[in-house]
Amino acid sequence: MTKGSLGIVETRQFTFGYTPEDALELECGQKLFPVTLAYETYGELNKDKSNAILICHTLTSDAHAAGYHEGHERPGWWDDMIGPGKAFDTDKYFVISSNVIGGCKGSTGPSSENPATGKPYGLDFPMTTVVDWVNSQKRLVDSFGIKKLFSVSGGSMGGMQVLQWIALYPEMVRSAIPIATAWKQSPQQLALDEVGRQAIMKDPDWNNGAYYGKAIPENGLSIARMLGHITYMSEASMEDKFSRKLRKGNFSFSFDTDFEVEGYLNYNGKAFVKRFDANSYLYITRAMNYCDVSKEKLIPPGKEIDTAFLLIAFKSDWLYPTWQIKEVAQFLMSCHVDTTYCEIKSTYGHDAFLLEFEEETRLVKHFLKRIAHGTGNSK
Amino acid sequence: MVPEIVNRDRLDHHWICDNIEPGSRVLDLGCGSGNLLVLLRDEKQVKGQGIELSEDAIYNCVENGISVNHMDFDSGLASYQHQSFDYVIMNQSLQEVVHVEFALEEAFRVGKNVIIGFPNFAHISSRFQLFFKGQTPVTNSLPHLWYNTPNLHFSSISDFEKFVKEHKYKLLKNFFYSNNTVIRFRPNLRALNAIFIVTRGNSGRPLT
Repeated sequence: MTKGSLGIVETRQFTFGYTPEDALELECGQKLFPVTLAYETYGELNKDKSNAILICHTLTSDAHAAGYHEGHERPGWWDDMIGPGKAFDTDKYFVISSNVIGGCKGSTGPSSENPATGKPYGLDFPMTTVVDWVNSQKRLVDSFGIKKLFSVSGGSMGGMQVLQWIALYPEMVRSAIPIATAWKQSPQQLALDEVGRQAIMKDPDWNNGAYYGKAIPENGLSIARMLGHITYMSEASMEDKFSRKLRKGNFSFSFDTDFEVEGYLNYNGKAFVKRFDANSYLYITRAMNYCDVSKEKLIPPGKEIDTAFLLIAFKSDWLYPTWQIKEVAQFLMSCHVDTTYCEIKSTYGHDAFLLEFEEETRLVKHFLKRIAHGTGNSK
Repeated sequence: MVPEIVNRDRLDHHWICDNIEPGSRVLDLGCGSGNLLVLLRDEKQVKGQGIELSEDAIYNCVENGISVNHMDFDSGLASYQHQSFDYVIMNQSLQEVVHVEFALEEAFRVGKNVIIGFPNFAHISSRFQLFFKGQTPVTNSLPHLWYNTPNLHFSSISDFEKFVKEHKYKLLKNFFYSNNTVIRFRPNLRALNAIFIVTRGNSGRPLT
């Protein structure tokens, strides 16, 4: 089978909640309307609308998961996994890649115009949670007339959305593929997010979130991103990539960027502020902090679900260590849910889920094939 | 590691398959590439689940359409509820676990019946090598050398029968074979491998 590219794709927007009655009721108690959700689709929805797969993205990603945008050289963030003949085979499946609200990539978020004031929301944007994200994604899925998703998949924050889908709408999900994720964050993860947020909020240019049209909190946001990058790599992958290599071959005997790893972090920090909104970083990390779909919050006692699971973890991932997803797998098994769990040996750390696509493809492709043939194993 | 090829001619797999009721819930501990579970699914429509430690074998299981969990059952089967399987299978895997008694207790906790297959250390060829050559036996069922064997425990058929009696388990059925031959006469001397179906107390299913 030839693995092809999707070619040129484009991000579209789905808007709902034009009236207060149709608003998105948020977990915090407020109503959000209107709501726009950015998304992309690949492949064709079949006649009985049974071949749709929802892909959920990570913290700083967007709806552009595969294919190319006109005039851009880099493909979407999971192009290795989505396309003709690939793991999420667009010759067979209709793939919907959805953004999240609170973000800054075409969906309603703190940088969007507040209809009440005509100005960007800033901190007036209500606190949105993973529950709210999934509720907005459900509206998107409903808009296609899809009653049951063939699969929902995503890594890291995307995996949290997958699990939240199960907690909220298990009957709408035939199979689920959460990768390198957790059903709730550990204190270590909460702590790392807080450092990132404090870096932003301590930047004088943050100005309580009211910086739109003025200087943006570049320093804070880039420091948050630098910290993020450290957590996405493993000790081994950093050794491999940078070791103690010097940029100019010798020490400057100053606080200039001497080491290659420093140069990498500085470069990525600076590049990030051009493409991401600081307030969105705050809102999205907060949503992840609040997410908790552990144990009975995932499947209430006595409830039976017929979703089949494939859970994938990576050995060197210390941001979302394997025990976290293993805990989910073990709980699912105790609930007699059809569960497959695999720990991939990789040295890439948390980034592995974007890089180890050959192993992931072997698992995802055959898992989906089994689900399509209806040979559910443990139910 | 070379992945196991699906071999539908394995005598042990067929005997196990013949002795499992259709539609049973089965947990295969150390399921390898999932070949036994494939046979049980195709022939007996069992609801199967595998547990396996080798990452390579996990990919083969998924390709075979088997639900599998990548973990070590030495630390127990905590994620499974009491008596949630009709059969727990440990075919050629019990000899590799650290704590045999604990592993079996766990198997009996989650399963009504336990199927255990293991190499017979008292086969005549083993005895011969030990007695005349003074060397650690290497046979078709114990193919490794002393320094690279994954096996932690070596038992004979008699040892295992004694073990079953001492632990007050109930022996339901047994099967002895060497390569592709069924052994009926003097198995402890002549069989390279043994399979026992064992239960504990009254929890087991009566078998014919």
